[in-house]
Amino acid sequence: MEANAPHNADRQAADSQAKDRQDADGQANFDRVIAEDSRIEPKDWMPDAYRKTLLRQISQHAHSEIIGMQPEANWISRAPSLKRKAILMAKVQDEAGHGLYLYSAAETLGQTRDKMMADLIAGKARYSSIFNYPALTWADMGAIGWLVDGAAICNQVPLCRASYGPYGRAMVRVCKEESFHQRQGFEILLELAHGTPEQKHLAQDAVNRWYAPALMMFGPPDDDSPNSRQSMAWNIKRFSNDELRSRFVGMMVEQVRVLGLTLPDSEIRFNEDTKKWEHGPLDWNEFHEVLAGRGPCNAQRLERRREAHDDGAWVREAAAAYAAKQSLKTKEYAA
Amino acid sequence: MNAVPMGNESATRITPGNALRPEDIALEVRTGLAKPTEDVAEYALRLGDDGLILAQRLGHWISRGPELEEDVALGNIALDQLGHARSFLTYAGGAWDKTEDDLAYFRREHEFRSAAIFEQPNGDFAATIARQFIVSYYQFELYRRLTESSDATLAAIAAKAVKEVDYHRDHSAQWVLRLAGGTEESRTRMIQGLKQMWPYVAELFQDDELTTRLAETGAAVEPSSLKADFDRLTGEILAEAELEVPDGPAAPGGGRHGRHSENLGYLLAEMQVLAREHPGASW
Repeated sequence: MEANAPHNADRQAADSQAKDRQDADGQANFDRVIAEDSRIEPKDWMPDAYRKTLLRQISQHAHSEIIGMQPEANWISRAPSLKRKAILMAKVQDEAGHGLYLYSAAETLGQTRDKMMADLIAGKARYSSIFNYPALTWADMGAIGWLVDGAAICNQVPLCRASYGPYGRAMVRVCKEESFHQRQGFEILLELAHGTPEQKHLAQDAVNRWYAPALMMFGPPDDDSPNSRQSMAWNIKRFSNDELRSRFVGMMVEQVRVLGLTLPDSEIRFNEDTKKWEHGPLDWNEFHEVLAGRGPCNAQRLERRREAHDDGAWVREAAAAYAAKQSLKTKEYAA
Repeated sequence: MNAVPMGNESATRITPGNALRPEDIALEVRTGLAKPTEDVAEYALRLGDDGLILAQRLGHWISRGPELEEDVALGNIALDQLGHARSFLTYAGGAWDKTEDDLAYFRREHEFRSAAIFEQPNGDFAATIARQFIVSYYQFELYRRLTESSDATLAAIAAKAVKEVDYHRDHSAQWVLRLAGGTEESRTRMIQGLKQMWPYVAELFQDDELTTRLAETGAAVEPSSLKADFDRLTGEILAEAELEVPDGPAAPGGGRHGRHSENLGYLLAEMQVLAREHPGASW
């Protein structure tokens, strides 16, 4: 033991030097890839903070898809026509699919889906606050599609070019389906807005309730968004929160006219100097309250996820036990 | 016979990339290209109601499955069933100048023609799988034969449906094997699920005057003629899973004539509530 001690110390020092060299090479390669606006892949060296940031963002995004299924799934059983029922089912199913790709993308960063799910259920992980608002009427299926998916697309299209390969590629497919969802939402509202006075009222009421929460989906104003700058430097985020929000408002202003509805914001205007759309004040206090878990449906959404997870535990155990037995049989057969 | 002409003008022809949609059938019905006889319409109503009620049940699993993959899979099966239902109901409605939505949302409980198994509550995942196992093996045998129906529209709907139901068979059979051969708990639950659902098997294979008349014209087959294949194929899976075919008395049945279990009323109340709040509205 004693005689080996100096030897070990030498080896440790050598290992540590080798790691430093690897890190330095890795960092240089990473910096070059980012500077070239090219892509980082799972096996490439990456700074811990980059990995952590991405893992947080991608898993939050996956959780948002999964929790986001709930407000819409509530209306599958009551959809007012069979065609709308089919479209809604397909949409909620797409969201499960998005959750799956995104969890897979996050897994490439070294986290298991089980762990991410456990964090979600334990209330340790975040998801988009928008899904903590209730879907009260059928028209909400329209407003969620048009405004919420619309805002999500504005956020997500630039993510197709995110520097992390698996994320960017997952987003390409997600965005294609999201844009379909947005058009479906628009069409629901269009039909309602041109329907009976009662239907038109439902549509306007839903737009009134979802407008401000949708605008807040882009995140806090730029001067209050501490993580944005680093994410932009890493080519994960391409545009600032306020920039995306302004662009979104411009799109909605055009589209709401076609719907024959109005946006509940009398201060929307196009600023000729900045060439940007501006909107009225948003209640950031409410945003932070919902984010802190004090929104209208936070507890209910998590409870529903927890219940599904717990109810399904015996099924997952059975599938795992069966798979283990099958692979044992295959091995015995091979031997 | 009111078969759809099978020439190029028919939208129901099955060609790759040109899958049959309810809208195509609606168009044929509207333009008079397809018009079911009263008997065929009654029969299509039965099959449409089976799919609709099952889709309504399965839809509940979306966002509640034991794994995300099952949210997707059960959602897919629900969508397929709803698709078949829309086609059958649209076609049935052609006899009475009704749309699929008139039939789905504005009929009363005793006017539904689904068999009792379709309205059985989801129960736990094993009960849902047991129901799906029975239903998909039944539907596969039925649709396989209906592809040769003398009624071209029924044949076209069946040709699309049979391919989809084949996947449903595979999905449910895989789960029967997994649950039976998984853990002690899953095996107990699988046995319980099958026991719960098996009494409703008999009704699926009961002939009546309508099916006898339609079998004579070649538009449909007698349900009883599907039973041997159903027994053989489900028997093979159950044997592989080392499970017994549950015995015990059959449930009374009567769904084909509008006599349902206590379950259907609640299901319809939920499904129809919004449409009935706004009669005449379009969505």
